[in-house]
Amino acid sequence: MEIGIDSFAVLMPGPTGRMQTPQERMDDLMAEIELADRVGLDAFGVGEHHRAEFIDSAPTVIMAAGAARTKNIRLNSAVTVLSAVDPVRLFQQFATLDLISKGRVEIVAGRGSFVDAYPLFGLDLNDYDALFSENLDLLLRLREESHPRWQGRFRPELTGQGVFPRPAQAELPIWIGVGGTPQSFLRAGLLGLPLMVAIIGGTFRRFRPLVDLYRRAGQEAGHPPEKLKVALHAFGYVAETSERARSEAYPPWQYMMSSLAKERGWIDASRPQFDAMAAPGGAFMVGSPEEVAEKMLGASADLGGLSRITFQMSGASGNPEQMRRSIELLGTKVAPIVRQASAARSAAAAPAA
Amino acid sequence: MLVDGTGTFGAAAAPRRIGVLGAGRVGNAVARQAMHGGYEVAIGTAKPPEDIGLIVSFLAPGATIASAEDVIAGSDIVVLAIPLAHYRELSRHDFGGRVVIDPMNYWPPLDGHLPEFEGEEGSGEVVQRALPTARLVRALNHIGYHELEENALPPGTPGRQALALAGDDPAARAAVAGFIDRLGYDPVDAGPLVAARGFRAGLPLFGTRLDRGELVATIRRLEVEHTP
Repeated sequence: MEIGIDSFAVLMPGPTGRMQTPQERMDDLMAEIELADRVGLDAFGVGEHHRAEFIDSAPTVIMAAGAARTKNIRLNSAVTVLSAVDPVRLFQQFATLDLISKGRVEIVAGRGSFVDAYPLFGLDLNDYDALFSENLDLLLRLREESHPRWQGRFRPELTGQGVFPRPAQAELPIWIGVGGTPQSFLRAGLLGLPLMVAIIGGTFRRFRPLVDLYRRAGQEAGHPPEKLKVALHAFGYVAETSERARSEAYPPWQYMMSSLAKERGWIDASRPQFDAMAAPGGAFMVGSPEEVAEKMLGASADLGGLSRITFQMSGASGNPEQMRRSIELLGTKVAPIVRQASAARSAAAAPAA
Repeated sequence: MLVDGTGTFGAAAAPRRIGVLGAGRVGNAVARQAMHGGYEVAIGTAKPPEDIGLIVSFLAPGATIASAEDVIAGSDIVVLAIPLAHYRELSRHDFGGRVVIDPMNYWPPLDGHLPEFEGEEGSGEVVQRALPTARLVRALNHIGYHELEENALPPGTPGRQALALAGDDPAARAAVAGFIDRLGYDPVDAGPLVAARGFRAGLPLFGTRLDRGELVATIRRLEVEHTP
């Protein structure tokens, strides 16, 4: 199983309570990507948002800088707001990024949890689904061929003009990022695209029927099992001890949830809620390295086998020292436990020689 | 007006067939919980029934799949489990005086701005006007779709969560009260549809786990503050 970090590049209050400046956050983000690579993590994801408290409206630029500073780590969007971008431009950017990184980038296409991109780019939110389907269709065509003939509703026709450069990877990975919408799981399965499931609360187990739906749809459409990969994106934070992890992860989580609650009319987030989700069975991968490793393996079992788990650690980034320590623990303590257990499991599952 | 919903139900033949329009998160969750409560459930959408077959077989196994028209025609209670932004598409259906539950919420941060829902009126009042052949009851809007299964408890359990309902037709309210009870919650009848203005996102009962006493007290407070 691969292990990754996803960052939404959000401005948070720092240890002194003062808000980070965009410059501070960008500098720290670069350091986080470098460190994640150095400690051997498999993937780093950069979000896309178009609002005041975020600095990631141009994620491919951030990823390019990250690619230039790293050697092995894979870099993915988390997620690309596919409905609000011209797929030709998107493909050009990722193909370029793929060359810069020597074949280490991946697109995760999804809706995103905010809708600011639609009015910003003059799109009608009612067209969201149609835009997503059409843009995905064109993106997949561009991955297959450099001179597609293609016609759609929202973008001028392609009559065989070339789209360049071609990426370094023979097949640039394109994941579908999903929340809980059944139709999205179905679509990803029918297209045989790998699935990145965001689970931000409740339990992992609750998503099993949706993941089963994805796998069955993929099988029925004739896609081989190795194409039907499932990854999990969940809230996570690691510290030396369970107590320390909880007490350090709670304040930034509470801060982010209460800003969202105000905007969306939810009730404010509370410590008991947080503790319930950090407890065994809950959807937060927060705790000591051993505890978090166990949660990851449990999540994989709950969802019928995961190829990657990415940690949503945007909140922790408000405190660069804690963020640094958490990334180190993830790479040096959690990853070895998880890799060993995964290897033992596949060895046990393999037929005797 | 505020009456305790429990016990007011039972005069007419008890509903046993639930129709769900929408096969998304909410539709499947309501379908599962309704089947758990002993109801027959049919699900339909604007798409051809075969398009949702696989989804329903995994997410609400046991539910029948049919066209939206057939779902409405064959049901005692219809649940509108679609995004509110698409409510106008429902107006082509004849609900034939059926009891219709409206759990839809207006959420501009996710669905964009819709001018008709920006005023004083509750979203249920706008939806009822668009669907004159429905006896609309606003309910199930202030509990999360996944909580609907996780928080359900048998009648009489101390601390059982309560859910509010409001609609202009008393018999329809009574039918929905019985349905809510069998889903695993104490129904609290808040009265006419206008009372549902107090159920909207951002107000105290939205997303809060309250028992009957607490919900009744909250609705009384909201009536003073928010109903004309």
